[in-house]
Amino acid sequence: MAPPAEVLAVRGLSKTFPGVRALDDVDLTLHAGEVHALIGENGAGKSTLIKLLTGVYRPDAGEVVFQGRTVSFGTPLEAQKAGISTIYQEVNLIPLLSVARNLFLGREPRNRFGVLDMARMNREAEETLGTYGVRVDVRRPLRTLGVGAQQMVALARAVATDARIVIMDEPTSSLEPREVETLFAVIRRLRDAGIAVVYVSHRLDELYAVCSTVTVLRDGRRVHHGRLADLDRLSLVSTMLGRELGEVRAEGLTKFTGDHGAADAEPVLAATELTVPHKLHGVSLTVRPGEVVGLGGLLGSGRTETAKAVAGALPLRSGTVTVAGVPLRTGSTPAALRAGVSLLPEDRKSEGIVPGLSVRENIALAVLPRLSRFGLVSESRVDSIVDTFIERLRIKASSPHQKVGELSGGNQQKVLLARWLAMNPKVLLLDEPTRGIDVGAKAEVQKLVDELAADGLGVLLISSDLEELIEGSDRVVVLKDGSVVGELAGDDVTEEKLMRTIAGDGPARDTVKEAVVDG
Amino acid sequence: MTTASIEPPQDTHPVGPARHERLSALVQQHGALAVLLIVSLVASLSFDSFATGDNISNMATSSAFLAIVALGMTFVIITGGVDLSVGSLFALGGVLAAWGSRHGTLVALLLPLAVCGLIGVVNGLLIARSRLAPFIVTLAAMLGARGLMLALTDEGADTYLIGKGSFLAELGQGTTLGLGNPVWITLALFVAGAVVLRRTRFGQHVYAVGGNEDAAALMGAPVARTKILVYALSGLLAGLAGALNAAWLASGVTILGSGMELDAISAVVIGGTLLTGGLGYVSGSLVGVLLLKVIQNVINQIGSLDSSYQQVVSGAFLAVVVIAQTWLGRRRQLM
Amino acid sequence: MAEATLRTLPLDKARVLHWLQRYGVYAGVAALLVVNTVITPYFLTVENFRTQAVQVAPVIIVALGMALVIGTEGVDLSVGAVMALAASVTALYLGYGLLPALLAVALFAAGVGLAGGALVAFVGVQPIVATLALMVGGRGLALVLLPQLKDLRNPALASLGSGDLLGFPYLILIAAALALLLGFVMRRTTFGRQLLAIGDSRPAAQLAGLPVRRVLITVYVVSALLAAVAGVLATARLQASDPTSLGNLMELSAITAVVVGGTPLTGGRVNIAGTVAGAVLIQLLTATLIKHDLPPSWTQIAQAIVIVAAVYAARGRGKR
Repeated sequence: MAPPAEVLAVRGLSKTFPGVRALDDVDLTLHAGEVHALIGENGAGKSTLIKLLTGVYRPDAGEVVFQGRTVSFGTPLEAQKAGISTIYQEVNLIPLLSVARNLFLGREPRNRFGVLDMARMNREAEETLGTYGVRVDVRRPLRTLGVGAQQMVALARAVATDARIVIMDEPTSSLEPREVETLFAVIRRLRDAGIAVVYVSHRLDELYAVCSTVTVLRDGRRVHHGRLADLDRLSLVSTMLGRELGEVRAEGLTKFTGDHGAADAEPVLAATELTVPHKLHGVSLTVRPGEVVGLGGLLGSGRTETAKAVAGALPLRSGTVTVAGVPLRTGSTPAALRAGVSLLPEDRKSEGIVPGLSVRENIALAVLPRLSRFGLVSESRVDSIVDTFIERLRIKASSPHQKVGELSGGNQQKVLLARWLAMNPKVLLLDEPTRGIDVGAKAEVQKLVDELAADGLGVLLISSDLEELIEGSDRVVVLKDGSVVGELAGDDVTEEKLMRTIAGDGPARDTVKEAVVDG
Repeated sequence: MTTASIEPPQDTHPVGPARHERLSALVQQHGALAVLLIVSLVASLSFDSFATGDNISNMATSSAFLAIVALGMTFVIITGGVDLSVGSLFALGGVLAAWGSRHGTLVALLLPLAVCGLIGVVNGLLIARSRLAPFIVTLAAMLGARGLMLALTDEGADTYLIGKGSFLAELGQGTTLGLGNPVWITLALFVAGAVVLRRTRFGQHVYAVGGNEDAAALMGAPVARTKILVYALSGLLAGLAGALNAAWLASGVTILGSGMELDAISAVVIGGTLLTGGLGYVSGSLVGVLLLKVIQNVINQIGSLDSSYQQVVSGAFLAVVVIAQTWLGRRRQLM
Repeated sequence: MAEATLRTLPLDKARVLHWLQRYGVYAGVAALLVVNTVITPYFLTVENFRTQAVQVAPVIIVALGMALVIGTEGVDLSVGAVMALAASVTALYLGYGLLPALLAVALFAAGVGLAGGALVAFVGVQPIVATLALMVGGRGLALVLLPQLKDLRNPALASLGSGDLLGFPYLILIAAALALLLGFVMRRTTFGRQLLAIGDSRPAAQLAGLPVRRVLITVYVVSALLAAVAGVLATARLQASDPTSLGNLMELSAITAVVVGGTPLTGGRVNIAGTVAGAVLIQLLTATLIKHDLPPSWTQIAQAIVIVAAVYAARGRGKR
């Protein structure tokens, strides 16, 4: 049997953004009918690679050979017209337009008066979608379909426009198990039709269910590629996270020191059975005063959602949160703040800093009412707090009046930490506190977290950096697909055990396993 | 291979989102029509002079001009924009038609269309290419067009007349089958508008741009061109409405059109078009205009009520409709 | 890759643009003053300055409220209607004395602001639509309360409109005092800072536990109250209540003043001094054209161009 034709060959692709080498000399080859897993943690370069392939960005170096010709796409539309379609996790269609109109937008059948032939359009739409297992009234607005069916419409649209490569960016993140199964069936059909699929996901079960080959990216480089079957789960996780198994027991490199927290103290934070549709399925955890509890798991496992739910920023379907024994009104950020819960959000730029305001005003933002009398701000009290924190956290700004938007990532993060510390919290939720900041600032933040815990603060630490998680935490709660799948404490808090828990089968989704058998 | 299927959500939740969705779509699309029928029924039972041929014919003719403006506004609002310049363009169109009628019918008709259409194109360019906010651009155009109109009429002192018996006068004042010509023109424009919106690729692009601009661009819709076209269309139709109105009144009256943009927006929104874009009906806008006119007529019939109650009622109506829209929209998002 | 920024403008162009955005409005005012001194007879007279100032005072007062609303990434189209409403209510309650009338005006205005704020903050309606409904309804209500122009004979009201203190008309003093007060509020109070944070980044403000809804409602109430003050002062100056035409196009003048004054429509910044200068700039521009016998039509066209130019110049600033 002749090997399938090479559809795409990427050689030496590089892209640099100011201060960050997002992609560094990456190769990628795709053959017709190949389902290729593209994996890596946040910031590994997956999305940069996809954006380079689909014309959102232009590469600094390297070439993309598509169906034997060197190509350079200026826009996603050009890439799509050439035959590279992308299915995003947030379906990129027009929600209020009918299913059929979505499917045919831009290539609608017209009758001899130049007017859309609705009867034919609806009939053809029904036929096409039928082959994808979507049986719906195609005249209904797209929005009324489930996310899975919407994704099928997007897929059908991509295939109908002669796609040779379909890139799927976390397609299952909001699908029901049954819908995942259908998606897999469709992927296999695409494969049989000679279409190459790039499958991006963090759910290992799924990768092993549908993908034949894999590329692992880390810090912008390709660190592994080959047949997926040759790589077991543990090796996959360790490659992705960049930790050799032997290296695991080596000396710690972070600035964290020893354990703290009295094991018998009453928990300062207790979350019970937090449930958010599609995101969290009954997550429970406790944090004692002076304890740093790590929240482990891959991207999309529900870490951020857990932190947000505790901080009142995500409405819960059910579950309770108590702070120092007092039940909290959930779903209210001010209530959580008053009770002493502060959240350092993951998305620093859009949810954390107020870019147009100064360092001083950003630090004082949350605590302002406490520094005011009759609504009048006491400038001297603000100054004293701001000065204290700028000095204590060593925030580097030209002056307290510099705009926060102009600072480096590390200093922005310190400004946010200062904002929350000024509130004198009982519990601090840190979501990726050191992501995207330089090494020096990282060490300082880590040291600070340590000091805070030593002062008796309860800390919940979320980090994709295993080292940071292991060395910073006294205990690690591991999440997977929105549920707690394990907890490591004491001597069990090691990278090896953590990776095993993350990679392990846990309460995996039965349907997916069936799909494996089926495939 | 498995033959898995994704069934419509209502099969899994028999009384869930689907029924609510259908209900809200029904209210959205036909709520205004129901209110119009009820108000008309009550009015014709309460006032002998309401359901007379004369009154209905008068209402129809006076609705025609606002309806034409609302037609253009419907397109603009479906793309998620707004056009505040239509009132001024309406007045400008009337003055240009009356002024042009001295140079022949063709000039009288083409001049307002050309000038108002051009202003619409400029609006569209500033909005689509320079990415300025629609409301501020069209607000400036409203001021500029009014200034232009005043400059043409010696600060509103000159009123150009349209000669009796000319084709233009006949177009505005004549009747066919008992209804004024402007009414027929309006109906023809609405039928054409409905076909364009629902049955042409341009119409699909209008919905797509308003529904999700980024996705529309990714799906190959010409976003900028679509936006420019809808503002051009809105300007064109406002100019046409002004010209017809001038023909009807036999003169280019300079004080008209102020506040018309608000009536047009109210009518469009009452007719079920989402202000956030992506959803709307040409027929709904017609119903919205008629509803506003019927309410006005009823208030006039009551006699003891001042005509300014009309504004209070439309304002309140608009608020209720927008609250309902937002509320329905939010329910959808949650599900 | 998250660090990607868009600082690729050539430095000189960026610097010029920045300067224009920050000081353009003052330069414009200065230029108009100089030009007029040279070409306009009797320009440099106390009488002329007093006339100009009295004319611009209501615009300034309304624009101050508008600046706050725009600072939250909103807009208030109902200000003109509120002025008309204030005129009607003044006429209606003046029989009980000036103070009760003012109290009634304040209540009505606060009601309108509360309605607008609630629509925006609780229902989640876009500001432009919420205030549009209030604009239509508010003007209608004003006309229902007082269908036509009514002469008002009240010495207290008359002195409010045309009296002065040490040669400064009350109108000017009140506008100046309000501008100082709002400048102080924006600079020194919790409310001012929370307002800016909400306008700059609503998600961040929400996560920081700020009272977003309360601040938004307060902003719309303040805007309505300021419009009411302007309405009462304009009525006092006319010594007549004219709900039909009072405040017509005022929303436009106020938005223009705010935008020309360097407050971006994208929220997060409020430039009080710039807003005052913006109103003065438009007033001087209009006065210059009128004094040189250019008809009002030209001033409208000129104003339209100034608005577009100001928004165009501010375009780069709001984007992130």
